[in-house]
Amino acid sequence: MLRFIGKRILMMIPVLLGVSLIIFTMMYFTPGDAADMLLGDSATIEQKEQLRNDLKLNEPYLVQYINYMKGVLCGNLGTSYSTKRPVTEELLDRFPTTVKLAGAGVLLSLCFGVTMGIISATKQYSIFDNLATSFSLLGVSIPNFWLALMLIIIFAVNWKILPPSGLSTPLHWILPIISLGMNSTATIMRMTRSSMLEVVRQDYIRTARAKGQKELFVILRHALPNALIPIITVAGLQFGRLMGGAVMAETVFSIAGIGKLMVDAIKLQNYPIVQGGVLLIAFSTSIVNLIIDILYAFVDPRIRSQYIKPKKTQTAGKGAVTNA
Amino acid sequence: MAEPILEVRNLTVEYTSGKSIVQAVNNLSFTLERGEALGLVGETGAGKTTTALSIMQLITSPPGRIKSGEIIFEGRDLTKLSQSELRKLRGEKISMIFQDPMTALNPVITVGDQICEVIHLHEKVSRLEATQRAKKMLEMVGIPGERYSDYPHQFSGGMKQRVIIAIALARNPSLLIADEPTTALDVTIQAQVLEMIERIIKELKTTLILITHDLGVVADICDKAAIMYAGEIVEYGTLDHIYNHTMHPYSIGLFGSIPNFNEDVRRLKPIKGLMPDPTNLPKGCSFCLRCPDCQDRCTKEKFSPVEVAPGHIVRCVKYIND
Ligand SMILES: Nc1ncnc2c1ncn2[C@@H]1O[C@H](COP(=O)(O)OP(=O)(O)OP(=O)(O)O)[C@@H](O)[C@H]1O
Ligand SMILES: [Mg+2]
Repeated sequence: MLRFIGKRILMMIPVLLGVSLIIFTMMYFTPGDAADMLLGDSATIEQKEQLRNDLKLNEPYLVQYINYMKGVLCGNLGTSYSTKRPVTEELLDRFPTTVKLAGAGVLLSLCFGVTMGIISATKQYSIFDNLATSFSLLGVSIPNFWLALMLIIIFAVNWKILPPSGLSTPLHWILPIISLGMNSTATIMRMTRSSMLEVVRQDYIRTARAKGQKELFVILRHALPNALIPIITVAGLQFGRLMGGAVMAETVFSIAGIGKLMVDAIKLQNYPIVQGGVLLIAFSTSIVNLIIDILYAFVDPRIRSQYIKPKKTQTAGKGAVTNA
Repeated sequence: MAEPILEVRNLTVEYTSGKSIVQAVNNLSFTLERGEALGLVGETGAGKTTTALSIMQLITSPPGRIKSGEIIFEGRDLTKLSQSELRKLRGEKISMIFQDPMTALNPVITVGDQICEVIHLHEKVSRLEATQRAKKMLEMVGIPGERYSDYPHQFSGGMKQRVIIAIALARNPSLLIADEPTTALDVTIQAQVLEMIERIIKELKTTLILITHDLGVVADICDKAAIMYAGEIVEYGTLDHIYNHTMHPYSIGLFGSIPNFNEDVRRLKPIKGLMPDPTNLPKGCSFCLRCPDCQDRCTKEKFSPVEVAPGHIVRCVKYIND
């Protein structure tokens, strides 16, 4: 198991390298640069040239990239052009808020999505099932930002029962989390429903009933664990999506998270922040994927046994191939 | 004469698939006495599994539905019991070994825990004691107790079938329904598993319904046999009745299609034709289309079963004396 985790962590390196290369290249070729940004229109060409030299912006593309990556490895993502603070600090200040927002969104959609999916599947074609499936269709088709704006108009502007922006009290969290989590709730609900529908038809469910097991336990103990793999997969994808969705929610609800930081940075051509932000999001998404992979092994003994004896099965497989 | 443990009366089960209705079991009746072993024989689609699931009250609805009939088990009609009363019977008094061992075990629960579950459901015992009992059950079916914590995927098909048997017998039920317990297994394992079932049944004095395609197996294990065709029992009796005084044309056909090495038969004589479409059964005798002795009236009316000798029941025009 440990070896497997180690291997998976090693596999994250090329992914992160790729992401960094892409984002760095994009930023490199975007018009406008730090010198214009920092010095403003009033500065002379010489002053700008001087600053470019200081910031090593005149070096060749590859050298700049390597310099940047050297910094990244030491935890130095550069300096924010606008605040002159290290990018790492800026990001880490905001990161917890975004993670909490996305995490709360995933948790909420897991709670509601899985519960509704289970009930829908066990009472297929009932009124609840029809309502829930229509809701989920609506949920996946409503754009997040539109929902966010509607929620603000209804709950904050018209009824004035919930605050429209910020995150200072628990009440403040309600609207952002709902607008973030709606899509995911619907997606997870649909996945749970279809996965459960497939599992409850299996023979081992009948075996459980034949033992005299109560219906609730047949569903929770026998069916749900077997339906979990696809649910975990989408939940993991949703977390990645919500990290991106946070950009929307943070902008609409003016929340000081990574998303808002990056949107502001893009407007100001504050490239170090954008690069650092993208890297951080890519990194956290990889971590979530890693956790998902470990969870697979946790819920399914068949996957677990592949990891525990990787040597034996692999050599056996290879032997068969060479013999053939 | 011993008291009957199970009495099935006029059982009719239907499946709705789309617009058509599959008449899987039609007006089926039989009686089983305590300690007896009944072989339920019939070709595929005859409604054997459906009959078994009806006794367990585990027909999935929709699409299935017990349309009419009574299933009297130890004096109580199972079709009228509440779910919670049925749960007390399932696994405790009536258990079933399912047809396909590959899919009948839950892949994410250890085999030991799957045996423990049925013990816990019907008896208040400590975890430790349940574990020990489950281990003992494993050993009884020939699997070392140390494999308690293995998962089904670590077991071969034959071992899985043994685990299923252990689950079915863990609470020492009075009625065991074994639905083709060996069809999914290879021939050598088949013999072992059957021998084991026979031994345990004798030991625990369990009443058995053995569902199979194999008349040889019935001859080995059972006391009585019922030949099913298109959802009906066409012939029912003791082994002597069925094997030595075969009467129904379908049963005779079945024996004709078994290779017999004592006689010098060049070819098997398979029964010509196919089973009638269960969504559209013939109005008269369901076997009439394939019957070598089919008469005019066979296509027109249904015959009630006739008791040709004490305990030997046949449903055929040839034995109706009017
Ligand atoms: N869930 C279902 N939905 C619709 N039709 C079904 C269903 N289960 C069984 N049937 C139909 O009911 C009839 C009897 O099926 P059953 O499974 O009882 O046969 P069987 O005698 O057990 O056959 P086998 O020897 O192949 O196991 C068949 O025609 C089958 O197509
Ligand atoms: Mg069957």
